[in-house]
Amino acid sequence: MKVLVWLIPILPAVAVLLNGLLGRRVLRDKAHYLGVGSVGLALLCALIVILRVIVDPQHPIEAKLYPWIFAGSFSVDMGLMVDSLSAVMLFVVCGVGFLVHVYSVGYMHGDPSYPRFFTYLNLFMTSMLVLVLADNYLLMFVGWEGVGLCSYLLIGFWYERRSASDAGKKAFIVNRIGDAGFILAMALIFWTTGSLAYHDVFAAAGDHKITTGIATAITLLLFIGAMGKSAQIPLYVWLPDAMEGPTPVSALIHAATMVTAGVYMVVRSQALYLLAPVSMDVVAGVGAFTALFAASIALVQTDIKRVLAYSTVSQLGYMFLGCGVGAFTSGLFHVMTHAFFKGLLFLGAGSVIHAMHEEQDMRRMGGLRRHIRGTYDTMLLATIAIAGIPPFAGFWSKDEILASAIKGGHVLWWVLGLCAAFMTSFYMFRLIFMTFRGEERFDPEQVHPHESPPSMLQPLRILAVLSVIGGVIVGIPPENGLFHKFVAHAFHHHGEHAAHTFHFWPDVPLMLLSTVIALGGLYLAYLFYIQDPERPKRLAEKFAFAYETLLNKYYIDEFYDAYIVRPVKWSTGALWSVDARVVDGVVNGFGAFTRLYANWSGIVDRWVVDGAVNGVGAVIQSGSRAFRLIQTGVVQNYLLVMALGLFVFATIYLIVI
Amino acid sequence: MEYILAHADYLLPHPDGVTPLLTFIIFLPLLGALATLVIPKTELRLMKAVAVFCTVVTFLLSLVALSNFDGSTHKMQLAEYHSWIPSIGVAYFLGVDGLSILLVLLTTLLSILVVVCSFNAIHGMQKAYYSCLLFLETGMLGVFLALDFFLFYIFWEIMLVPMYFLIGIWGHGRKLYSAIKFFLYTLFGSVFMLLGILALYSFNSTGDYGTGELTFNIIELINNVRVPTEPIFVGLSSQDLIFLALFLGFAIKVPMFPFHTWLPDAHTDAPTAGSVVLAGVLLKMGTYGFVRFSLPLLPTASHNMVGFMATLAIIGILYGALVAMAQRDMKRLIAYSSVSHMGFLMLGIFALNPEGVTGGVIQMINHGISTGALFLLVGIIYERRYTREIAAFSGLATTVPIFAVFFAITMFSSIGLPGLNGFVGEFLILVGMFKTNVAYATLAVLGIILGAAYMLWLYQRTMFGEATTPENQTMKDMNFREIGYMLPLVILMFWIGLYPRPYLNLMRPTVDHYVTQMQERHAAERYDPQRATRQASHDDEADADVPAEDR
Repeated sequence: MKVLVWLIPILPAVAVLLNGLLGRRVLRDKAHYLGVGSVGLALLCALIVILRVIVDPQHPIEAKLYPWIFAGSFSVDMGLMVDSLSAVMLFVVCGVGFLVHVYSVGYMHGDPSYPRFFTYLNLFMTSMLVLVLADNYLLMFVGWEGVGLCSYLLIGFWYERRSASDAGKKAFIVNRIGDAGFILAMALIFWTTGSLAYHDVFAAAGDHKITTGIATAITLLLFIGAMGKSAQIPLYVWLPDAMEGPTPVSALIHAATMVTAGVYMVVRSQALYLLAPVSMDVVAGVGAFTALFAASIALVQTDIKRVLAYSTVSQLGYMFLGCGVGAFTSGLFHVMTHAFFKGLLFLGAGSVIHAMHEEQDMRRMGGLRRHIRGTYDTMLLATIAIAGIPPFAGFWSKDEILASAIKGGHVLWWVLGLCAAFMTSFYMFRLIFMTFRGEERFDPEQVHPHESPPSMLQPLRILAVLSVIGGVIVGIPPENGLFHKFVAHAFHHHGEHAAHTFHFWPDVPLMLLSTVIALGGLYLAYLFYIQDPERPKRLAEKFAFAYETLLNKYYIDEFYDAYIVRPVKWSTGALWSVDARVVDGVVNGFGAFTRLYANWSGIVDRWVVDGAVNGVGAVIQSGSRAFRLIQTGVVQNYLLVMALGLFVFATIYLIVI
Repeated sequence: MEYILAHADYLLPHPDGVTPLLTFIIFLPLLGALATLVIPKTELRLMKAVAVFCTVVTFLLSLVALSNFDGSTHKMQLAEYHSWIPSIGVAYFLGVDGLSILLVLLTTLLSILVVVCSFNAIHGMQKAYYSCLLFLETGMLGVFLALDFFLFYIFWEIMLVPMYFLIGIWGHGRKLYSAIKFFLYTLFGSVFMLLGILALYSFNSTGDYGTGELTFNIIELINNVRVPTEPIFVGLSSQDLIFLALFLGFAIKVPMFPFHTWLPDAHTDAPTAGSVVLAGVLLKMGTYGFVRFSLPLLPTASHNMVGFMATLAIIGILYGALVAMAQRDMKRLIAYSSVSHMGFLMLGIFALNPEGVTGGVIQMINHGISTGALFLLVGIIYERRYTREIAAFSGLATTVPIFAVFFAITMFSSIGLPGLNGFVGEFLILVGMFKTNVAYATLAVLGIILGAAYMLWLYQRTMFGEATTPENQTMKDMNFREIGYMLPLVILMFWIGLYPRPYLNLMRPTVDHYVTQMQERHAAERYDPQRATRQASHDDEADADVPAEDR
């Protein structure tokens, strides 16, 4: 079993290596054999592992390989673990991952970089699987950064486009801001509990070895990481831009799996969050606001993928709202159902874009139902699911979250969530109506919409089935269905609160309310986009300011650009001149001073020091010139001098005596 | 000689007692350098063959040293001792421990790569060039293996000479300016370092603070000399002053902010091989100095200076990263990124706990690998285009896909992507520093965001987009020789990232020993009996007028 667990991430990794080495020259348009095949095998292994966990959920599978990083008291293993929580994620990642791989065979067919695409996509699978299977925070972080890397590579897949490479870079850097929080959280966890392994950390949390203050700090730091990866306010800005990537990537990475990593991490760390009420409130608040905020932007976007992107941000907000009000499992439930219907919506959007020859603007679509019926049917099912109309999958998970919010007394979050739910239903049906219904707004001469090949449609159909029944099978009764019972095994040892039981009051009225709100959104969309398509335009003119603000996404990107990006860029230039002029200036100044000093000493040396030496010489020379006059060589002169000298000395002698 | 080798408890017995393995490792390249000099100017192939042969054999010898290395102890191994100038206690004393073994391996490996990468890059005076490279290798290995301060200082200084010529003769741009700046700046620091060494030497020679012996033996000094911690000059103790003297020597070499400005010039103007060696090995001599000398010899000063050192390190991290972002020349950008990374490294060392120091030491290796690889890659571009101006490139990912992959892996290793080598060190450093000071760790973490920003931006500007100019459309991809010398580094990046265990195991006993020794010393010095008595007498004076029975 241990080997099987390790095989799951390693299989795609082997494909990465082979595809990377052989893809460009040997495999070319057969690269998907390796790409899809390896993921298929990984899915098989995963299913066996999941089955084992379902049979015996009390005992997680542990698969340690070797001590990875250690120093002093620090030690972290290279180890994987599958409990019921990882099993759910494993199912979602491998399942949706496999479908997206199959879909990509058709979607990416003919792209010159076909092998490169599968190399990146498999690398993503490996990273994501490491993320969900890791048995400690540090290894989770490896997957965490790994998926970020793949996201960077895949967003910028068509790197010739400036916007694509910009978006990739933005995604990576914004995520890094979150990662900084994650790293600090890990340091704090380690110094508090002496370990980074889930088992030890949660045991310490269960024994109340972590004070509320420390727990709050840890969980808030972790949440900064989650905000980056799962695109929450204020770090959500990268996700809409990420739509520059190929559509299968948007489906897999930016809807179904990677962006839910933050939710997974919060759910995983619930033992810590439960110790920190403040953090719970922050998580719920950020989630609720993000849900509403992103949904409001989605109302007016016209790019089909951008609508879905903001919708994803909004749905992720719901998941955090669920976690924040203590309904961690409901949040996770929404991760799963969302993976089904949002994956489907993106893949469907891909099919639409494919049919429309790379057109993404819904204003130039319309009436596509006639041309691509298969895509329309599946997308409609997914839309009903996300709108929260029973008995489709989205209803069960979203309703649980909202019900938990109101039952926990978080009225404000509940109201925000309801508003967002209304908007969700509206913008999703708006998308369906603008794309598939009404008159055809494209040029039939230029565009001939055609249905996608079976390799693309089959995954849509499978996801459609899951979007319909995925909630009802495991989600009834709400908050106490099979899903909840299964996931609870991962947390039984540190006292998940008592299982909720389903009561007629207030659960049924709440469900009815949710349904009414969802149908209300649907009806409004019908009024606006089917009954009288001119109505939105009039409304936009009437409320021009609000419309402009929404259309420009509240000018958040402009705000960041003006107050963060530009000051940083400016400071780089400024610091560089400081470096060249001041810091290096001192050094060069020192050098120049030394040279100047050397020149001066040269002058002093020549005129003073050497001058003194030469001066002495000159004095001696001139002196000796004078003395030379005495040396006449004539004996009489010498005798005369001697006689004179004798006379002088004798005189002095006589006088002194 | 026999006495030291047999009786010093800080030495592990030499495996066979005779083979001077470390001497071979150090001086084989020098021999090669001399051999190259006598080869006729026209025999280029022979010259290159000799250079490759010498570096490869040196590398193999260092692997032999590794296989004879006992990773379970902190003691010095494979030691060689010969008295040299007995009157002042100078000896030819070599040895290797967990701190130096990896640096030696890194040096011998990089030396092969820089010889191979120079085959087509160097056109004039090839004889002198290869001879300089080999001479340089001897100097670097000597620094890491010398256990005698005097010998250490000789290697430390002698190594400047070949580097000076490498930059000055085979460099580009303002090469003379850069070469002289490099030489004088480093020399300036070295002089202070020498003062520090002599101060330690003389403290040891007095009976009060050491054994009273005259010796430059580094291990003896570490074990015996106790530099006083009482303030003697503007509040600084003798320890602090010696620390600052050594600091100048090492910090200029590292380089730490604000002593870093020689580095961008030297890096940019040096030939590729020079930049690789400079980044890969020379900078590590500074950090090695801090770990080997400053921490164990001056434990209290090291503790006192944590704030000072961490502040400079953090300024270096953030400032280096920001200035890197503004660069237009690839090499200069990487040079400033080095300033940032070396700040990280220093931060780890001055966490003063095993986690941080281990992170710092493994990061020395990682930085050598990643930054070395980056300079090699820029060298590959430069050989084809004779420019390193970032603006001159675009869309290279399409034209030179293999190069783009190597560049990407190296970039991610440099910015510390988990799973690659840089992360292991960076994370340990942050964990270590977090314990020492949360604020410093938090500030340093900002550096990893900026690090991603400038590298990804560089990558975007050069590799992405469309290849617009004819030069960019027709550039040749890496050939087998180039792939050959990049591959070992890339393998190491993955190896250290995923399975750093052998590396961490090698250094663990040594790092633990150094840190524990330092902590114990520091604790002892804080409560040193001399000071305690003086404190007591001071108290007596203060209490003099209090009646005796009240005390």
